[in-house]
Amino acid sequence: MNKHSDLKAARIVGGVHSDQRHDSAHKHVAGTAVYIDDMPEPAGTLHAGLGLSTVAHGILKSVDLSSVRAAPGVVDVLTYEDVPGENDISPSGMHDDPVLAEGKVQFHGQPIFCVIAETREQARRAARLAKIEYEELDPIVHIWGLDPEKDKQVTTPLTLKRGDAAAAIAASPRRVKGSMKLGGQDHFYLEGQVALAVPGEDDEILVYSSTQGPSETQHMVAHALGVPSHAVTIEVRRMGGGFGGKETQANQCAAIAAIAAKKFKRAVKIRLDRDEDMTATGKRHDFVIDYEVGFDEEGHILGVDYMFALNAGFSADLSGPVGDRALFHCDNAYFYPAVHAKSAPLYTNTVSNTAFRGFGGPQGMVGCERVIEEVAFAVGKDPLEIRKLNFYDAMGVAGERNVTPYHQKVEDCIIQRIVAELEESADYAGRRRAIAEFNAKNRFIKRGIALTPVKFGISFTKTESNQAGALVHVYSDGSVHMNHGGTEMGQGLHLKVAQVVAEEFQIDLDRVKITATTTAKVPNTSPTAASSGADLNGMAAQNAARQIRKRLTDFAADRYQIPADQVVFLPNRVRVGNQEISFNDLVKQAYIARVQLSAAGHYKTPKIHWDRAKGRGHAFYYYAYGAACSEVSVDTLTGEYVVERTDILHDVGRSLNRAIDIGQVEGGFVQGMGWLTTEELVWDEKGRLRTHAPSTYKIPLASDRPKVFNVALTDWSEAYEPTIHRSKAVGEPPLPLGISVLQALSDAVASVADHKVCPRLDAPATPERVLMAIERLRAETADK
Amino acid sequence: MSSAPIRNEIRFLLNGREVTVRDVAPDATLLDWLRLDRSMRGTKEGCAEGDCGACTVLVGKLTAGGLVYESVNACIRFLGSLDGCHVVTIEHVQPVGGDLHPVQKAMIDFHGSQCGFCTPGFVMSLYGLWMKDANPSDATIEKALQGNLCRCTGYEAIMRAARAISDYGKGASDPLAVERAAVIEKLTKLRDGARVEVGSGKARLVVPADVDDFAAVLEAEPKATIVAGSTDVGLWVTKHMRDISPVVFIGHLEGLRRISEKDGVITIGAGVTYTEAFDLLSQRIPALGELINRIGGEQVRNMGTIGGNIANGSPIGDTPPPFIALGATLTLRKGAERRTIPLEEFFIAYGKQDRQPGEFVEAVHVPVPAKDSRFAVYKISKRRDEDITAALGAFHLTLAADGTVAQIRIAYGGMAATPKRAAAVEAVLTGKPWTEVTVEAALEAYAQDFTPLTDMRASAEYRMLAARNLLRRFFAETQGGSEPIQVSRHQAA
Ligand SMILES: Cc1cc2nc3c(=O)[nH]c(=O)nc-3n(C[C@H](O)[C@H](O)[C@H](O)COP(=O)(O)OP(=O)(O)OC[C@H]3O[C@@H](n4cnc5c(N)ncnc54)[C@H](O)[C@@H]3O)c2cc1C
Ligand code: FES
Ligand code: FES
Repeated sequence: MNKHSDLKAARIVGGVHSDQRHDSAHKHVAGTAVYIDDMPEPAGTLHAGLGLSTVAHGILKSVDLSSVRAAPGVVDVLTYEDVPGENDISPSGMHDDPVLAEGKVQFHGQPIFCVIAETREQARRAARLAKIEYEELDPIVHIWGLDPEKDKQVTTPLTLKRGDAAAAIAASPRRVKGSMKLGGQDHFYLEGQVALAVPGEDDEILVYSSTQGPSETQHMVAHALGVPSHAVTIEVRRMGGGFGGKETQANQCAAIAAIAAKKFKRAVKIRLDRDEDMTATGKRHDFVIDYEVGFDEEGHILGVDYMFALNAGFSADLSGPVGDRALFHCDNAYFYPAVHAKSAPLYTNTVSNTAFRGFGGPQGMVGCERVIEEVAFAVGKDPLEIRKLNFYDAMGVAGERNVTPYHQKVEDCIIQRIVAELEESADYAGRRRAIAEFNAKNRFIKRGIALTPVKFGISFTKTESNQAGALVHVYSDGSVHMNHGGTEMGQGLHLKVAQVVAEEFQIDLDRVKITATTTAKVPNTSPTAASSGADLNGMAAQNAARQIRKRLTDFAADRYQIPADQVVFLPNRVRVGNQEISFNDLVKQAYIARVQLSAAGHYKTPKIHWDRAKGRGHAFYYYAYGAACSEVSVDTLTGEYVVERTDILHDVGRSLNRAIDIGQVEGGFVQGMGWLTTEELVWDEKGRLRTHAPSTYKIPLASDRPKVFNVALTDWSEAYEPTIHRSKAVGEPPLPLGISVLQALSDAVASVADHKVCPRLDAPATPERVLMAIERLRAETADK
Repeated sequence: MSSAPIRNEIRFLLNGREVTVRDVAPDATLLDWLRLDRSMRGTKEGCAEGDCGACTVLVGKLTAGGLVYESVNACIRFLGSLDGCHVVTIEHVQPVGGDLHPVQKAMIDFHGSQCGFCTPGFVMSLYGLWMKDANPSDATIEKALQGNLCRCTGYEAIMRAARAISDYGKGASDPLAVERAAVIEKLTKLRDGARVEVGSGKARLVVPADVDDFAAVLEAEPKATIVAGSTDVGLWVTKHMRDISPVVFIGHLEGLRRISEKDGVITIGAGVTYTEAFDLLSQRIPALGELINRIGGEQVRNMGTIGGNIANGSPIGDTPPPFIALGATLTLRKGAERRTIPLEEFFIAYGKQDRQPGEFVEAVHVPVPAKDSRFAVYKISKRRDEDITAALGAFHLTLAADGTVAQIRIAYGGMAATPKRAAAVEAVLTGKPWTEVTVEAALEAYAQDFTPLTDMRASAEYRMLAARNLLRRFFAETQGGSEPIQVSRHQAA
């Protein structure tokens, strides 16, 4: 027996519902956790550097690469002509995403060629020597000013409809119409895009890729190489952050490295410089949200109409489903008696925008919360009152107010209780009064507070993505090897799945080995996205473990001639009739008896379906809920602000690992806050991104987090559906908790006009936007 | 010429051993050297421009006060500048075969890492802090972490870890504490008073023996790139791939690293870093202390010099406007010749300074404001910390006995092509009673002084509005009272 395993323990160490440290934490802190750029390169490894377009839109008239080729250390230069298969990595199947530009360029920073050199430095330097002539065309840089009904879209938009919204709005006692600009967001994963391709025999290739979607990367690489998927293996042990930015965006680097590796029969590594990464890879979509809402004097919403125009960039990528998810969340936690909502994924000459934690959902919710604010200002109430008036019916209430704009019934709504508890614990009412007093006394600094809810739908809307596979081996010494299709990007997925496996076998967590994700072990996996990682892969791994456990049980029952129900897995041991044997011994005996100790597990989410053409379905298996209350101080002379305090109460069902989940909530909130405050993407009129590095693109620092930051999980909630140990997904749902900061800023701004005018504060609410909103409100009230 | 002996190699301590590098390019960064030449890959690259801290290492140097370790950004630190230093990387925090360090244990137990990519950098920054202050306040921790980005955790867990480090062990058993005497001895031995010259032709670097030697080198080679803290020049290499050879490193020159006060004037040698300047400046001119706390992050403050901030001529450098408002002067030196000019005259136009070939900035002289005068400096940026100025205003007011403005000097950064006085505004204010009416009346004059630009940091409109409002803020500040006039993170609630 393993010397650590306790054969008398009442509980295993590291089962589900226990707070475990990240499995790699001891390596993170020692610098020994290996990321792709840290792996020892195979002898003779070459390095790739990208040549990027210097115009946003143009025809490639001539591409002269002779000086590039002549530069020191350069082995060769690849262009689209060197792509042996198809020059396309479009995840949507629309053939609009070339690996390397062909004939034309559609955004500033688009990769045109790729230098292969002995060192990375040589490749980067040589890439600057190209002489490229463009016939410049006018670029479309922004979506504002575009017509969402008429201008070019990259893919089919979605319409959601329930009831007759136009009629309901027209018949409403009160109406407001408005528009909001909402900025995008760079992922700013600390580890940039990177891939290392190692050529094998025949058509084989192994690519280490920092990817959230190994199977997708495998297909794209195969596609670009013109080989079957079985020739391509993708492996990733861990990423230095992903956040959606490595769902499809990893494919380009992987494909380029693979193409070069096959061509030169040497390993090839590509690692983008931060500025290149920010310039050449997609981001969260910026939106223009037009809305009209009808409501009564009390603030009940009667009908609402939305247009969500999103900046897709030059290609479809995931913009279709991102726009869809914005619509799926345009209700946030509120029931709309009548609703009409449309998306418009607009074409522009900017980088193609992509998945980012929340996947359009947060944008839908920001639009929704603006509407709530509008109603509140119109009827002269605290926005929180309006929120509470319009919530979906609580779980168990046999009411009518429980149907979403996509016709799914909300059956598990717990937002009322969360908001009520948070209101109490954060002392919302008391602080609202204190703030009013503070604001009355202070001329320069104004405070604001907001409490905003989150309801987030869990499942991929692409039904086939809601499946997962796992592979579990039990070795003859009783140690376990665990593998599944999910990828680790810091969220603790591998740890959670290992906890599930440990629980199933009733063995200590350290008996379960976490191994790198590879397409060779588990095929046809879904990207680790949509918060689904633990839900799907946990179930698949549990399924695999259960198969083996069943075989062990049957074996023991047979060997010891007892009924199977008398074989009980206890911590690190198994009770067989009235004797106990260690798990390891049982395994050893089973091996000797030639029992198969390896299993592939699979899971598919039940219940869900979605008919996009009709805009109807059970799109989500369940919802995750949460709420945040934030208070800010704003300097009305400069627009500078600080977040004084944030209280969060968040629902993760029965947490598999509270420590990990709290980390997700804290990190998600701060990321959401950053998106809506200081993270500003600025493109100039020529379509060049001006904020392409951390010197100009400002994600939150430690000193930006709320001064007082209280995060709690709802210890009373459990998933309504039979999810993995009744836990709920936690990756994305906390991000939109950051909306509370935007709304608190808006509340502070509103105070300069005595809360009579809706500030219509757009995001990101940089100090500049805050000050300009203050000035506007002052001017408007001065006129009156 | 200098009589210093010449050495053709760089020598320093790397973790536990002494290294000698003969083949070092003038623009080789410490990070690339560690990762590529030494295959030490615990130190990460997140940005290669000094902003994210993933590459943080400690550099120990012998100073007047003994051996001091400071966090620096390996990505923009040139290898050549490390001659005679002790470089400590994440690989050295945990001694071989030893237990984890208290910083590491706390980070693990408090779940301070998620993806882990930023973590070695955080560990190094916290290590640097912990050596100086075992029980830091939140404000102190946040300041030490201004140069470290984490995209995963939201920082709260890291803060919890940082507060708890001392519960995991005391400084005495720390590897750097145990080795301290030996390191001092080794570093002392490395100081041979030589001038270092490495390379030839298009790749050459010089580490002068002393200031006179530097003056001589520069006079002989006026086109050489002077590198002090490399927080600007580092990016020329990593981002713009500019050739900077020949390079003269000056960050180590004791003769430029002195800061002292005499007759009410603080003289800051050109090689004094922000960190080194902090104590005296914050004590004598508190507003400058607060400003320094918002320049870069800790690593940048440990490397970057005030001399470099002036010499680079940037219109958004943070120290020139307050220095100009205080009436600072600048000493330039060429060979043995020196001249001293008013600081504001140094800035001629965008990209053009009053510096002759072969001349260098030797020191800046900053008068301490008189007791009865008022001085303030306000920096506005998109993000509060570790961000470049959108607009910065510095105000220095002396009132006459009758309450009128005897003298006011106002200077701004980010409002023009150079750091610039608001001469028209000053003229309107001078001689008038220091009242709200006067201030409001002066706001119009900003249009004569400034025509700011729109860029990614701010629009022209915002810059103008905020710049004017800073004068209002200054007025309010001079009126006293208990009302807060700025938002701040660490004021008493
Ligand atoms: C992440 C980051 C954040 C930053 N934040 C800020 C900020 O908030 N505010 C701000 O003002 N700056 C900021 N900077 C810029 C930079 O730190 C300062 O300008 C710094 O003071 C430059 O000093 P240095 O010693 O690093 O200069 P170097 O990079 O070594 O040199 C800068 C320039 O000055 C010249 N030079 C240096 N010393 C002399 C001398 N003695 N005589 C003549 N020429 C000389 C060099 O040749 C070069 O042209 C930041 C930089 C980074 C990387
Ligand atoms: S790599 Fe980001 S600061 Fe050095
Ligand atoms: S843990 Fe991922 S960036 Fe900090």
